[in-house]
Parts: sequence; C-alpha cells; structure tokens
Amino acid sequence: MAERIYVFKRFERFWHWSQAGLIMFLMLTAFDIHGTYTIFGFEKAVAYHTIAAWSLIGLWVFAIFWHFTTGEWKQYIPTTEKVLAMVHYYSVGIFRNEPHPFKLTQLRKHNPLQRLAYLGIMLFVGPLIWVTGVLYLFYSDWARLGITGLPLEWVATGHIVGAFMMLAFLIAHVYLTTAGHTPMAHIKAMITGWEEVE
Amino acid sequence: MKQPFIRIALLACCAGWLVANGPALADDAAPEPKPLKLTTTADHTKFKELQKQFNSGPEVTKACLACHTEAAGQIHRTKHWKWEYLNPDTKQTLGKKTVVNNFCISIASNYASCTSCHVGYGWKDANFDFKSEENVDCLACHDTSGNYKKPPGFAGNPVVKDTEFPPGSGKIIKGIDLSKIAQKVGKTSRDTCGACHFNGGGGDGVKHGDMDSSLAAPTKELDVHMDAEGLDFTCGTCHTSSSHDVAGSRYAPTAQDKQGARIRGKADKGNPATCVACHGNGPHKKEARLNQHATKIACQTCHIPTYARGGIPTKMVWDWSTAGKRDAEGKQITKKDAKGHIIYESRKGDFTLAENVKPEYVWFNGQVTYTLITDKVEKSEQRTPINKLGGSPTDGKSMIWPMKIFRGTQPYDPVNKTLVTPHTAGNDDTGYWKNLDWDKAITVGMKDSGHPFSGKIDFIKTEMSWPITHMVAPKEKALGCVECHSKQSRLAGIQGIYIPVRDNNKLLDTIGWSIVFLTMLGVFVHGAIRVVSSRKH
Repeated sequence: MAERIYVFKRFERFWHWSQAGLIMFLMLTAFDIHGTYTIFGFEKAVAYHTIAAWSLIGLWVFAIFWHFTTGEWKQYIPTTEKVLAMVHYYSVGIFRNEPHPFKLTQLRKHNPLQRLAYLGIMLFVGPLIWVTGVLYLFYSDWARLGITGLPLEWVATGHIVGAFMMLAFLIAHVYLTTAGHTPMAHIKAMITGWEEVE
Repeated sequence: MKQPFIRIALLACCAGWLVANGPALADDAAPEPKPLKLTTTADHTKFKELQKQFNSGPEVTKACLACHTEAAGQIHRTKHWKWEYLNPDTKQTLGKKTVVNNFCISIASNYASCTSCHVGYGWKDANFDFKSEENVDCLACHDTSGNYKKPPGFAGNPVVKDTEFPPGSGKIIKGIDLSKIAQKVGKTSRDTCGACHFNGGGGDGVKHGDMDSSLAAPTKELDVHMDAEGLDFTCGTCHTSSSHDVAGSRYAPTAQDKQGARIRGKADKGNPATCVACHGNGPHKKEARLNQHATKIACQTCHIPTYARGGIPTKMVWDWSTAGKRDAEGKQITKKDAKGHIIYESRKGDFTLAENVKPEYVWFNGQVTYTLITDKVEKSEQRTPINKLGGSPTDGKSMIWPMKIFRGTQPYDPVNKTLVTPHTAGNDDTGYWKNLDWDKAITVGMKDSGHPFSGKIDFIKTEMSWPITHMVAPKEKALGCVECHSKQSRLAGIQGIYIPVRDNNKLLDTIGWSIVFLTMLGVFVHGAIRVVSSRKH
C-alpha cells in the first residue's frame, strides 16, 4: 500500500503555479520582443513583459519571506549524497523499472539532483535574469544612478542567455515531473500537496 | 482653398448689386468685410500714402519706409536679403549667392529667374546694389491678399501691366494692382513664406519634401502644429523673428538642443525654432523611456513618419545627363507619369518623384560642409556630397536625424575637377533651357560666376542632404517601437548604438536554440525509451 506524505504546503503550491504561469507568460512575451514571432508585437509585448516581471518580483518577495520564516530554504542546501545514484537512475534504472533511489520525506522533498538544479536556477539563472532585466528596465536612469561604461549590449546578451537557460530548464523540468513512481504522481503532488510514495 | 471661394462669392454678390443699382465702379462697390479678429492696430487702407497708384515695387517700398524708417536697414542684415551666410564653424561662405546644388544648380547668370524669390527688386546680374533701401521688397512677406506675384524672369519685380512673356511667345502675364496689395499688408503667413519656400527647386514640393503647398492649410494629420482648424501655427510661430531676422537655418541647423524650453526672461542665444524650445528636453510624460530615447534621437525621427505626405510629390532624383533630347521635329520633349507629374524634360533631364517617403537616417551634429565651386571633386562610384553632414555616435553632439537625400547627376568639369554653374534660365541664345547646348551654357555660366572652365564637360553623381523637420504628425501617428526595433529596422544604417532586436546576436540565438532543441531531443528520446522499456516489464 502506498504511503502518502504532505510535501507541498498551500502557499508553496500557490507560489509554484503562479510562478509557472508568470514564467511561461514571460517566455511568450520575451521571444515576441526578441522578434522570434509576433503575437502582441514589440510594443505591447514589452508592456506585458514588464508587468509580468514586476508581478514575479512581488511573488518572490513573499516566497523568500516564506522560505526563511518556515525554514524551508534548507530544502535547497546541496548534497552530494546519492547524486550518482540519481544519475544512474535517470540514465539506466528508470528504463529497467528499478526502484527510485531517493526516499522522499517532508524534510527532504527534493531529490539531490533537484536540489542542485533548483539551486543553480536560484543562484545563477534567476539572478542573471533579474539583474539584467532590472538594468534593462531602468536604462533611462543609468546616468542618474551613476552607471556609466556598461554597454547595453552586455545587459541584453545576459538577459537573452538567461532566457534560453530558463527555457531549457522549463522543458527538462516539465518532463521530469513525469518521472515519479507513476507519470502523474509528482504533478498530483504539486496540485494537492500529497505525494504517494512506495 | 477657402479664399478663392470667398472671392468668387464676393464677386457674385458684387455683380448682383451692380445689376440692382445700375452702373457704378466695381472697385467702389465691393464692400470689404471687417476682419473678424484684428491682429494689428493699423488699418493700412486708411493711409493716404498708400491710396495712390504704384507703378513699381520700389515705389511701394518708399511709401512703407516713410513710416517704417528702419525696416530696410534691418532687412539688409539678413540672409533673406544678402543670400549670403558665413558659417562660423566651417568658415565657409554660403548662401544662395555662392552655393551650388543638384537641383537648378546655381543662381550665377540666372539671376533674373532665381531672384523672383529674393526679398528685393531688380537683382538681374552680379552688380546688384545691396545698399539700396527702395529695392527691399516688403510685399513678398507682408502681402495678405494672396495676389502678390513675382514671376521668374523679372529679377524679383512684380508685373504691374499685362506683359507678354517671354516676348513673342504670345503668353500674357497679368498685371497686378500694387495699390490694393499695399493697403492690405499684414503679418507673414504660411502663404507668404510658402510662396518661395514651398517651391524651392523650381516647383511645388520639389526641393524639401517636408514643405509644399499642402502646408498652406494643412490637416492635423499632416502637421499637428499648422493644422488650419486647430493650432493654426504660421511659419513665424516657430521661426520667430527679431529685427526682421528670421530664426532657423539649414546652413547651420541645431541638431541637438540641450537648453530646454525657452522661458521669457531667460537669457539664451539658442535657436527658438527647435522642438525643444517649446517642448523641453523631457516631453514624454507617461514613458520615461521615450525621454531617454530623445537623448540620442531627434524628435523629428519618430514624429515625422514620412515626408511629402500632403499629396504633392517631391523630387528624389534628378539626372541632368539625359537632358537635351528632341523629338523628330527638333522640339523639346516633356514626359509625364500617370498622375501628370513631369518625369522628363529636354531642358532638365529625368526626374524621380515620390510621395509619402520614409526618410533616411543619419547621425547629425549640425555641422554642414558644402562642396563649393572652388572645391575639387573626383568622379567615382561614390556620390559627391553637395553638403556633407557632420556627426558620429560618439561626439556627444549628434542625434539620429531623418533626412531627405536628394541624388543627382549634374555637369562638371573633368579637367579642372570642379562642379560647374551652367546658364540655364534666360531668353537668350546661351541659356540651356532654351538652346539645349551645354558648351555655351556652361561657358557663359562659369564666366558669370568667375571660375575657370576647361571646356570639357562630363557628368558626376552627387547627393544633397535635407534635414526633415516639418510635417510633424500627431502623437498617435508617431513611429511605433517596431519601426526601429526589428530586423527590418528603419535605423538599419545607424552605427555605434545597440538597438534591441535590430542587433540580435545571431551566434547567441543559434547556440540558445541549439540548447533548447537538444533538451527537447533528450526529453523525447528519454521518454520514448521509458515507454518502450515499460512495455517489456
């Protein structure tokens, strides 16, 4: 009989899904602005992208506060334990129907690869996008803020690099949600909060 | 548009009155309605000095000067009178008296025709007396009747008696009544300035592209400031004058105005005709980002989406080298396009016309250096600039400006390597327009301008830049972001700045999409193997 664990609390689920929606909308408008396709057109896409970005910043303020007050930030402390086992599982074990090497608990709800990936996103890709994005947004105030000698091209390039990395992450992330003990297990957990474990 | 209609209506009323009241002098009968809005404290019809017959322009001027004693002296100091301008930066002596362009080329030896646009009377050759007060033409700028005309060929004089011109042609130029015109003087208007400035280059809209007769009574869409039913600016609203000297110059334009809006009492020597002079340096209230754009981009770049928008085409190309063809009977040829605009004339060559033209864009710092008749030119694939614009992305003084670039092919002297000043207009046997003979025309013209001519003639490709600054559209019609922020950017040729989207890095995009593609591929392969292997178990 499968055991059920309450892993994702209400705020966390709200945070995840609103963030998911915002990021996908930011992606949609980003590549519209970039000229890859035209849905809203440059001008409107910039306006929507800006609104969505501010919304996400607001959401992050709450999320950071939540993580530190609840101590949930510790879920992202990287570990080397079982990393190789996870790599083995994703590259070999999963095809042989081997058991998942990671036993999920409320205190360790992310497997070691997840921890590394999310930490990478939060420490590298996220800040890259935010810093370049905010610089981009306040380009007209650079002189007043004393920012001189920074080429706009660098800022733009950083922002675009971040966007591609986030898109690649999004694809892998969505796929790996199907890699639970049943294909829908992780997704259900992210919706209901309850994860079934064997 | 309205004035002729009113005039016809008045005539009709007048005729009706005549029928009802028996014979009377038509002049006495016409009741002149009082203007609704008196903008002046003097009614010139009441001045005895003007209630007489004037047989020439100078006679009118003498009457004007009896009261306006200093006016002629003021005019004498202006470009409008001298047709001469010393550029303080380049030290070049410019002005219509000196420069050579790629339209009708030069005024030398063509004075009687060209000076129909001079604010003076009698400039028929190089010996014109620039000290004469009575030869100042007050009416050219101060006529409000719309009847004042100075036909080409009369050295800036109006025609007061019906005259056959050219002599023997059978064409009659109607004489005008200077007395009536003199009694109706007033402020300058779009019509008075436009009489010359709309017709630069020899016809309506030919030269500038952003100035033509459609600005006489424009709609809001054509010019948000001059909008005849709205703000109704005249030229003088921006081009303010002081002691008859009118602000604004194409010889030394203000490319970047950092002084902000002009306020009374604030000392400044800046050009009052710039956008900034009224709107200041941060005119965009909602979008700070646009004010940032405005630190590098001239207002005109976004706010004048296209020029020649009023239904009158402007000349884009003039090829003098094809001039001179005759038909089977030896007569001069004229070809017209579908809309009836001349595209070839034996006396002038081929033209290309265009309406609603997107400008070309350049970095411009206000410095203009002319290629003068004394400068050496070299025939090559590169067009010789008639006027070379200064500017770069890094000089701190340049803005991105819209330009009409007028391209021409014109005669030059391949031995002396100079441009030439042909004698074109004139009812004589050397004027090119009559005789189609370059040898005679250039020999006479170069003698008049006082420069050596080898006798050899070739044609050289030239270009001339005209900053676009009129025909300002309402803000809703200003350029959208995508006009520049796209791969087909209007600013494609602008170097030295990073423009998002225009300057997308292809390598970065290729690497980025490759990573995304490989991730997708990995996901699909992984997923496919999972599906296959799960069936085995």
